[in-house]
Amino acid sequence: MARASRAPSTEKAPPAKHHQLGLTDDEILGIYNKLVIIRAIEERIWALNRQGKVPIAASSQGHEAAQLGSLTAAQKDGGCFLFPYYRDVALKIAVGLEPEQVMRSFMGKVGDPYSGGRQFPFQGADLPHKIIQISNVVSAGVTQATGYALAGKLKHEETVVLSYFGEGGSSQGEVHEAMNFAGVHNLPIVYVCENNRYAISVPQNKQMAIGNLADRAESYGFPGVVVDGMDFFASVQATADAIVHARNHGPILLEMKVERFMPHTTDDDDRRYRPSSEVDVARQQDPVLTMADYLKVQGLLTDEQLDNMRNEAQVKVDEATDAAEAAPPPDASTIHDHLFAS
Amino acid sequence: MAVKSVIEAVREGMFEEMCRDPDVFLMGEDVGPRGGVFLASQGFYEEFGRDRIIDTPLAEASIVGIALGAAYKGMRPIAEIQFSDFIWPAANQLIGEAGRVCYGTNGALSVPLVVRVPYGGGIRGGLFHSQNVESYFFHTPGLKVVAPSTPYDAKGLLKSAIRDNNPVVFVEHKKTYRMVRGEVPEENYALPLGVADVKRPGSGVTVVSYGLMVHYCLEAAETLAGEGVDVEVVDLRTLKPLDVDTILESVRKTGRVLIVHEDNITGGVGAEVAARIATEAFDYLDAPIGRLCGPDVPTMPFASSLEEAYMPSTGSIARELRNLAAY
Repeated sequence: MARASRAPSTEKAPPAKHHQLGLTDDEILGIYNKLVIIRAIEERIWALNRQGKVPIAASSQGHEAAQLGSLTAAQKDGGCFLFPYYRDVALKIAVGLEPEQVMRSFMGKVGDPYSGGRQFPFQGADLPHKIIQISNVVSAGVTQATGYALAGKLKHEETVVLSYFGEGGSSQGEVHEAMNFAGVHNLPIVYVCENNRYAISVPQNKQMAIGNLADRAESYGFPGVVVDGMDFFASVQATADAIVHARNHGPILLEMKVERFMPHTTDDDDRRYRPSSEVDVARQQDPVLTMADYLKVQGLLTDEQLDNMRNEAQVKVDEATDAAEAAPPPDASTIHDHLFAS
Repeated sequence: MAVKSVIEAVREGMFEEMCRDPDVFLMGEDVGPRGGVFLASQGFYEEFGRDRIIDTPLAEASIVGIALGAAYKGMRPIAEIQFSDFIWPAANQLIGEAGRVCYGTNGALSVPLVVRVPYGGGIRGGLFHSQNVESYFFHTPGLKVVAPSTPYDAKGLLKSAIRDNNPVVFVEHKKTYRMVRGEVPEENYALPLGVADVKRPGSGVTVVSYGLMVHYCLEAAETLAGEGVDVEVVDLRTLKPLDVDTILESVRKTGRVLIVHEDNITGGVGAEVAARIATEAFDYLDAPIGRLCGPDVPTMPFASSLEEAYMPSTGSIARELRNLAAY
C-alpha cells in the first residue's frame, strides 16, 4: 500500500512517533495487540448477531485510532474519568475488560460488567475502569459528564472528565447547555466529538451548516481543535494536550475526524444511503493496517508475528464466545433488584 | 415551639443539611444573591458562598443533568426548578435518566439527588405557573416523590430527602409557602419518607389527600363535624413510596373514602390509590370510592372564574363527604 509522508531516507530519521509520545516499544505493541483483539471481537459480535445470539450491536470500526489514542492519553495521565457514548466499543474493551466479559455483555448474560444484562451491551457503568454511560439518549451523558466535572472541582480534585459523543449527538440542545455551563464555570472537562459525518443515515451537511464542529467551542469561551482521528498518534497527542489544558485552564473541545466502516448498528443497512465505494476508500485508512505498517517500519513487528497475533486473538475470541454462550442469563427473580439504593 | 411558614421550614431544612454535610449544594435559577424567587435560599449565598450556591443559566435540562452528574461523584445536589411548569425540558434527565441509574447499572451507582419543585395553583398562575407535575414522576420507577403540606412535614421530609441515596422529586405547593403556618421544633429532626400521616382521626369517612388540599380537607372535616360526621384526614406526605398500609387501615375502619387532589383526575395519584383500595379493601367498602380532583383540562386557567372552577374547595370537598356519609 503506497503512502506518502515518509521521511526521505537521506535525512536523519526522526524519533519514532510513539517514543515522542512517551510510549515504549512494549507499550505500543501492547496497544496494537489490543486493537487486533478488539477487531476480532467486533467481527465475531456481528456474526453472532446474524446467528441470533447477540440482539444488537454498534461497531467502533473506523473509530479505533481516536478511541485508543484518547484512552492512551487518559491512562498515561492517570487522573481522568470517562463518559463514553454508545459507539466507544474499542475504548470500553481497551480499558481492561476480558473478552469473555465483553461477550457476556453483548449476550446479556450474568457477568455483564456494565448492567448485569439490564441494558444494551456496554451501557451502564464500569466503575472499576472509571466509566459511566447510562443512556442511549444521545448526549444525555454530556450533561452528566459536565456535572461530574463540576463535582470534581467542588471537591478540589485534579480529575479531568472526558465526555464523548458523535457529531450526530452534538445536535442535541443539551450539548449547548452543557458546554455553556462548563465555559462559565471553567470546568476540567475535555469534550471529544467523534465526527464520522453520519447520524445513522443523515450526512453532516444536513446536520449542521458548518464544516468543523470544533468552531462551536469559541462561542463557549474555550478552544476547539480539529484532530485526525484516523491517526492514533495524533489522537494521543491532542488528547494529552487537552487534558493538561482542561486541568489548568478549563474546557476544551476535540473534534476527531473519523470514518464509520460499518452500518450504524447491526439493525442498519447503510447501502440505502451511502455508496459502498465511500467505505472502500475510508478503509484504506484502517488503523489495523496503518499501525501494522508503522510497527513494521519501526522494526517492531514482522509478518509472522502479526499472523501469530491474529491467530491468538481468534483463539481468545473463540474461548470467550463459548464461555459466554454457556453462561446463564440473569435469574428472572432478580427483576426488582436495585430499583433503589439502600 | 416556634410557629413558621412552609417556606421558612424549607429554608431551615436546606440550611441545616448544608451545615451538616459539605457535599450538599444548591443549584438553580436565581438561587444566589436573589435567594430564589420564593426566597427559599435567602441568605445562603452569603453563608455558603458561590461554590455551594450556584446560579445557573436559564436551562432546566442541564440544571437537572449537571446535578445528576455531580451526584454520581457522591455530591448531594439540590436542584431547584423555579416553577414546576419549567421542569419539562428536564424530563429526560429525571424520568429518562435519573430513575434508571441504579437499576441500569445493576446497583453500582446511586443518585443522592433532590429536585425541589414549587408547584400548584390557586395563585393566579395560569397555564404555565400553576401546574401539577407530580403524577408524571409518581409513574416513574426509580424516583421518589414527596409532597408535604405543613411546615413541620416540609422540613422533616426535606432533610430525609437530602440524606436519601436516591433521586427525590420534592414538590412544594406554592400557595402553602406563606399561607400555611405551623409549629416547627427547634431541635434537629427528620421524618421518614414513605409514611403517611393521619392529620385528623375520625371514624365515619376517610379523606385521602396531599399538599394544599390537605388543608381544605381539614376545613371540610370541621364543617362535617358540625353535622355529626366524623372525618379522618390522611395526608399522604410521600406519594412514592406510597404508604398503602395507612390508607387501607383507615378505609377498613371507616368503610368510606374520598380521594382529593388538585392534579388532573385521569391517571393522577388518586387513580392508583383508588385501585389499591378496590383491590385490597373491597370487602370493607360501604360506598363507592369517591374522587374529587382537578378536571381534565391543562391546568387551572388564569381568569379567576376559571381558576375557581378548576380547584377543589372546602365547599366542594364538604359536599362530596356529605354525599359519601349518606350513601
